[in-house]
Amino acid sequence: MATAAVIHERENYLNKEYGISSWLLTTDHKRIALLYLISITFFFFIGGFFALLIRLELLTPAGDLVQADTYNKLFTMHGQVMIFFFLIPSIPAVLGNFLVPLMIGAKDLAFPRINLLSWYLYIIAGLIMLHCIITGGVDTGWTFYTPFSTAFSNTKVIEAGLSIFIAGFSSILTGLNFVVTIHRMRAPGMTWSRLPLFIWAHYATSIIQLLGTPVLAITLVLVVFERAFHLGIFDPTRGGDPLLFQHLFWFYSHPAVYIMILPSMGVVAEIVPCFSRKRIFGYKAIALSSIAIAVFGFLVWAHHMFVAGISLYSALVFSILSYLVAVPSAIKVFNWTATMYKGSITFSTPMLYAFGFIGLFTMGGLTGLFLAALGIDVHVTDTYFVIAHFHYIMVGGAVMGYLGGMHFWWPKISGRLYPEWLGKFAALIVFLGFNLTFFPQFILGYLGMPRRYWQYPPEFQVLNVLSTAGSTILAVGYVLPMVYFLWSMRYGKIAEDNPWGAAGLEWQTTSPPPTFNFEETPEVTWEAYNYDQIPAPAEVTVGR
Amino acid sequence: MADSPITVEHHGPELRHHFATVEQQRDAASLGMWLFLATEIMFFGGMFCAYLIYRYWYFNEFAVGSRSLNIYLGTINTVVLICSSLTVALGVRAAQLGKQKLLIILLILTIIFGVAFLGIKGIEWYDKYKEHHIPGSSFNADDLVQEYPQIHIDQSHEQIYFSLYFAMTGLHALHMIIGVGIFVFLLVEAFKGRFTPQYNTPVEIAGLYWHFVDVVWIYLFPLLYLIDRRPLR
Amino acid sequence: MFDNFPLWPTAASTGAGNVDALFIFLVTLSAFMCIAIFSLIIIFALRYRRRKGVAAEQIEGSTALEITWSVAPLAIFMVIFAWGAVIYFQERTPPRGADEVYVVAKQWMWKLEHEQGQSEINELHVPVGRDVKLIMTSQDVIHSFYIPAFRIKQDVLPGRYTTAWFRATKPGVYHLFCAEYCGTAHSGMIGQIVVMEPALYQAWLAGGTPTGSLASTGQTIFQQLGCPTCHRFDVQGRGPNLVGIFGKPVQLEDGRTVTADENYIRESILSPSAKVVQGFKPIMPVFQGLVSEEQLTALVAYIKSLGQPGTAGGEAKTVSMTAGESKE
Repeated sequence: MATAAVIHERENYLNKEYGISSWLLTTDHKRIALLYLISITFFFFIGGFFALLIRLELLTPAGDLVQADTYNKLFTMHGQVMIFFFLIPSIPAVLGNFLVPLMIGAKDLAFPRINLLSWYLYIIAGLIMLHCIITGGVDTGWTFYTPFSTAFSNTKVIEAGLSIFIAGFSSILTGLNFVVTIHRMRAPGMTWSRLPLFIWAHYATSIIQLLGTPVLAITLVLVVFERAFHLGIFDPTRGGDPLLFQHLFWFYSHPAVYIMILPSMGVVAEIVPCFSRKRIFGYKAIALSSIAIAVFGFLVWAHHMFVAGISLYSALVFSILSYLVAVPSAIKVFNWTATMYKGSITFSTPMLYAFGFIGLFTMGGLTGLFLAALGIDVHVTDTYFVIAHFHYIMVGGAVMGYLGGMHFWWPKISGRLYPEWLGKFAALIVFLGFNLTFFPQFILGYLGMPRRYWQYPPEFQVLNVLSTAGSTILAVGYVLPMVYFLWSMRYGKIAEDNPWGAAGLEWQTTSPPPTFNFEETPEVTWEAYNYDQIPAPAEVTVGR
Repeated sequence: MADSPITVEHHGPELRHHFATVEQQRDAASLGMWLFLATEIMFFGGMFCAYLIYRYWYFNEFAVGSRSLNIYLGTINTVVLICSSLTVALGVRAAQLGKQKLLIILLILTIIFGVAFLGIKGIEWYDKYKEHHIPGSSFNADDLVQEYPQIHIDQSHEQIYFSLYFAMTGLHALHMIIGVGIFVFLLVEAFKGRFTPQYNTPVEIAGLYWHFVDVVWIYLFPLLYLIDRRPLR
Repeated sequence: MFDNFPLWPTAASTGAGNVDALFIFLVTLSAFMCIAIFSLIIIFALRYRRRKGVAAEQIEGSTALEITWSVAPLAIFMVIFAWGAVIYFQERTPPRGADEVYVVAKQWMWKLEHEQGQSEINELHVPVGRDVKLIMTSQDVIHSFYIPAFRIKQDVLPGRYTTAWFRATKPGVYHLFCAEYCGTAHSGMIGQIVVMEPALYQAWLAGGTPTGSLASTGQTIFQQLGCPTCHRFDVQGRGPNLVGIFGKPVQLEDGRTVTADENYIRESILSPSAKVVQGFKPIMPVFQGLVSEEQLTALVAYIKSLGQPGTAGGEAKTVSMTAGESKE
């Protein structure tokens, strides 16, 4: 109990004030990060519940668990909840919110009240989405393709559109806050070339949020108006063009994939050097590749439309551009791997997640090459091959990175350590469950099973059973960390300020940090990842 | 760093706790507004993109729709907005020089211009309502078909023109309403004497926003009103 | 066992082999890359795991390596791009002289009409070894015509025609799926492609009770709608002479030139004022909402048949008959 007394003596952002209003009206980026953490976890489990129902329905070829309409709503809302209410805010709004000011030596984000506003917008959007789900849901697919969404679906399209519109503004404000903070709030000596790669990744992400999200917003406005007033903008019977919708939609929604994956790449770039005790290999290449992804990411949207009826030549252009955007991703993978060379590696939980990330992201990226190849895409687009591919990127990549980051920074966030052996166990379960769930879907896709099918020909059953089995294992792997994180908040070992012996300003302040982050503004005189100057901690030496 | 404690002492109430200096705070606010405007450009951009495509496809209907708009009111509104930009620019200058009374006058003028614009826009919309040119179930462009017998007009394509007209001018008007609201807020603050030569960032960034909304109109006016007003053959 | 646990889809068209070849190349390449990266990670993780007294060796990076692993993948990517593009080009360019099948999709069924007049629902009979071109449109939302065994897929859009083609190589029954989500019974919008030996196919064609070829149905509709009043084949009427226009460039009133393909004909029927032929007035009434998709395909088929060299006899007959009727 002596240690507990010590931690309570030290004032930090958690114990500075108590009471509901001290949280709901807080402008402290760390508290807002926790508000986000709670809300996105809630939505993650809602989306996950839908996913499990989808998998259970697909256990048998016949549509026997739920009605066809219910199934269509399930996959729609799984997509909308997971993408707009979990993945897009996951790392930026939780870890980014918590860490961006800490990592650059600032007291807070540039606009703390706007930061709080963006959480409230998220909550309003979330409540509308929940209302929409409870009162009937929506069945258009998360892609809202017209004219189905505007003229044929008789579900709550307007409500879902409104919800995502508002969530979009929450995302824009977060991005805006980050860009200004990174430009204007860096501590003395924290030059651009000394920024942690996590910051570079968030910078690139924020640019996409700023420039992409408004296009989605205006597109949804047009869909809502079209549905409400039958304007004809996307309706071919009135002279409108349904493909215009797809162009506008993917102009945001393809870069949105990078909103989801770039922050995870940033997390991995922090974890790998720390547990290799090494400078990161190719700092500049990794930083520039983040920016390159953000820029090229805006030029490839129509690769979602190779069979949609676009012209032959535009398909060629978008195919070749898609290959260009693959190069910076490849560069990152090579550099992370090279960072381990001649390191001094420990297998702590965050490192296991980083390994998982690199492996699964590599597979997701390589299957992306299949989809960018025009001739192959015609066969596998809109099949389970695509489903498997983007789950390898978004779940295998983004969620792995998110969990890795949560484990890495949990001691800083909560001031406590989670049980290491359970962490490793969960990482293993997630990895195995994930592969069992999604690898069979690659085969299903090449066999020709279309996506969004409520019932399917019996020859696809065995692979579907495997996938469903995997999903239950994956579910266990996701529940475990939530349980032991909660447990550790009360019973976990007290964390030191820098339990991993990690570089980065966030580790130089106390765990948990005080409200204004640093006792006095730090002056940075060293390069990022100066692991030659930081002693490795004794405890994590042996990976128990 | 040495002079930052002094700065804090001088401008305590204006400097938020997490900034080191007033300059840093002002730079951050201004960069934030510029970034927000970049977002806004993309927001309008989606609609401009739809406009360009349909204007290319359905030029006749767009030209006829454009002719049916009231060019006099449109021109007056353009002038009103340019004047309001001038008063805003002068207002920012007044705030920087600490001329509080002038600032109040200019803010009031800006608000008047803004409300005048919205009023005129309202009149134009009401005319469209009377002409049944508001898209939806009661849309009817028979009057245009009769007025221009020499041009073949597809009514549903005409409706797309008016949909975009209302979407674009509506979105612009929404921005104007927000802008007027911001200036009313600034006016209240100005009455309290909040703005000094040292602290006038809110006026400055509100000005940026207002200029942006003006510039959007400068594009909307020719795109919507002046598509093809040559005399008919 | 393999009935419900296949690992490789049947390949039953001339294009399928090309897709499979590139796919196998990519699988091999990916497997190689995965094994390379995974083994490096495992080797590094074991070889350089933390040991007492051994510190990490700090390495900044290497420009040479960065360039190598940027340029080398790019080069490989370009090969994949080119290979994929060639296949796509073949998939998207139907050969001349292909048999044509008109496809009308609607929630939630496929209607397929042969040139000879047979019409089928959720089932398409085709012969082995003949090129078949699909001309597709939708009556409501977007659908997608997908035959995994042929490795072809094409979205089917309302308001325009999209095309796809294949040449079947193996008799059998294959899946036809709708691959673009289209509402409640999306997964029920499936059918089968029956590939038959040519002789059997001929027998099947003869066995049906066709109401005449699609073009002749189109001709009837053409008459019923009163089109020949203006579109005359003997002298220049108030509308353009339609004989032989299909596939030809058309000079428009506003100076543009378009090709008279299926989509142009379709648009000119539904919304005639959109692209008026030079020298003519926009006087044709709008047929949007007056003709069904099936009637429209028949009309398109008819206009295409006018003046086609392959059906020279048919053309002469059509022209003279129509001309005769318009004189009456």
